[in-house]
Amino acid sequence: MASPSQGPTAERLLRDLAPQVLGAVMRRFRDFGAAEDAVQEALIAAATQWPREGVPDEPRAWLIHVASRRIADHVRSEAARRRREAIVVSLVPPELQIALAADSDEAPLEDDTLTLLFMCCHPALSTPSAIALTLRAVGGLTTPEIARAFLVPEATMAQRISRAKQTIKASGVPFERPTPEARAERLGAVLHVLYLIFNEGYTSSSGPALHRDDLSGEAIRLTRAVHALLPDDGEVAGLLALMLLTDARRAARTGPLGELIPLAEQDRGLWDQRAIAEGVALVTAALSRGSIGAYQVQAAIAAVHDEAARAEDTDWPQILALYGVLMRMSDNPMVALSHAIATAMVHGPRAGLDLLKALDADARLSGHHRLDAARAHLLERAGDREAAIAHYRRAASRTTSVPEQNYLATQAARLSDAMR
Amino acid sequence: MKYILMMNTPCGGPYQVANWQQKDFQAHIAFMKSFHRKLSESGELVAAEGLAGPDQAKLVRAGKDGAPITDGVFPETKEFLAGYWIVDVESPERAYEIAAQASAAPGPGGAPLNMGIEVREVMSAPPVDL
Repeated sequence: MASPSQGPTAERLLRDLAPQVLGAVMRRFRDFGAAEDAVQEALIAAATQWPREGVPDEPRAWLIHVASRRIADHVRSEAARRRREAIVVSLVPPELQIALAADSDEAPLEDDTLTLLFMCCHPALSTPSAIALTLRAVGGLTTPEIARAFLVPEATMAQRISRAKQTIKASGVPFERPTPEARAERLGAVLHVLYLIFNEGYTSSSGPALHRDDLSGEAIRLTRAVHALLPDDGEVAGLLALMLLTDARRAARTGPLGELIPLAEQDRGLWDQRAIAEGVALVTAALSRGSIGAYQVQAAIAAVHDEAARAEDTDWPQILALYGVLMRMSDNPMVALSHAIATAMVHGPRAGLDLLKALDADARLSGHHRLDAARAHLLERAGDREAAIAHYRRAASRTTSVPEQNYLATQAARLSDAMR
Repeated sequence: MKYILMMNTPCGGPYQVANWQQKDFQAHIAFMKSFHRKLSESGELVAAEGLAGPDQAKLVRAGKDGAPITDGVFPETKEFLAGYWIVDVESPERAYEIAAQASAAPGPGGAPLNMGIEVREVMSAPPVDL
């Protein structure tokens, strides 16, 4: 992406190295903003030079060397401008001024990646800023790439990233391995950000599809990295499994014109069986280990869907039981909505409609198009076509998603054609 | 989530900037510039444009042979679209807050115009699962 001549291998290599390089530079210079800028410059230099001159023998050392030199240059020119050469000497570590033993490092590299993730998903940052900073600092994406993926101007994304860096600087978060308590507290935020990046990318029918696909791939790659660092954490494994099990259906999820195809009508031959097998293995192992979290339960639900060879073979009683578990874990109205749909699949549409009635009182859900859409589906199954049409139409007018609106309006049209 | 904020101004109403005193006009422009800068700096601005006046507008409708016919009958309205912002914000409340700030742009004598700003969410990507 950085350069058309650059193969996916070099690009992947750069992305993999980005957090390690940033971590090493951070430990030397202790300035997140400066280190981040310098590493971005080094990555861009690599993206242009490596395809031409070949990948160096020690790519990580090369990047650390270039980034460190950039910082040193910046500090030098700044200081020269102010005629304070003496400061430079004290700022630039002696080993950098002579020769760079670039990655003879004290702390293990994996700790750097985790520390960076915890910094980028800092609670002082707004969610869009945390997402942007994570993609840039940990994912190694450039600002224009991130801007394209989120369909905002480059200047807007640049502002977001620069403000995020200022916020981190101002909050005085040190670059060091978080304490076990801090890690437990912050891991939830990290996983949430990764989950949001995945969601942003898990769309193939709106906007420039390619870049959004890249985002879900990036989310899976980063979550894989976190899982490799914390293999015993059930929720990390659960989130990775959830992403794999959901992403496995991507090819079947939209038709040739980008139209949405609901789960029950998807061509299951298009599902990625390797991703499903990996996701199932991950979530099975995680669930057997004890403490169960919401990502694991959602992954288990996705696994039950993915394991059914045909839609009618879906083990709905098991899905219903899992939604019951999820309901007890969180007070999320969307979970209650899915629970009502699962109830309808097991006990009939009227039982589901009864549960939806109770949800009307929830201010977070009333007026939401998902409630109308669910009601429309269940009313249709219960044989009340007229009411189903009305709810399909209402849902269509309330959604902000183009493919979803087309899908819902098509359902309304199909039913009213059938009534003519 | 992205929102479009549409600045609706009464036709022949107080937004007749050409008739304003210079200092009022300058205060208005200064407000709009600083508003634009603040939205850029917060990383929320996606796009913003002011539109030429309604007397410059053409109404286009394809004729029987498919060729465009212009200058047709405009829908009767008491307001016109003077400009818009597209913002990318974390919540609808934030979009309303930005719209309220735009609404209070200063007019003649520095008094807030309290223009009507229509806020509409921009259609986006599909949800994770259907």
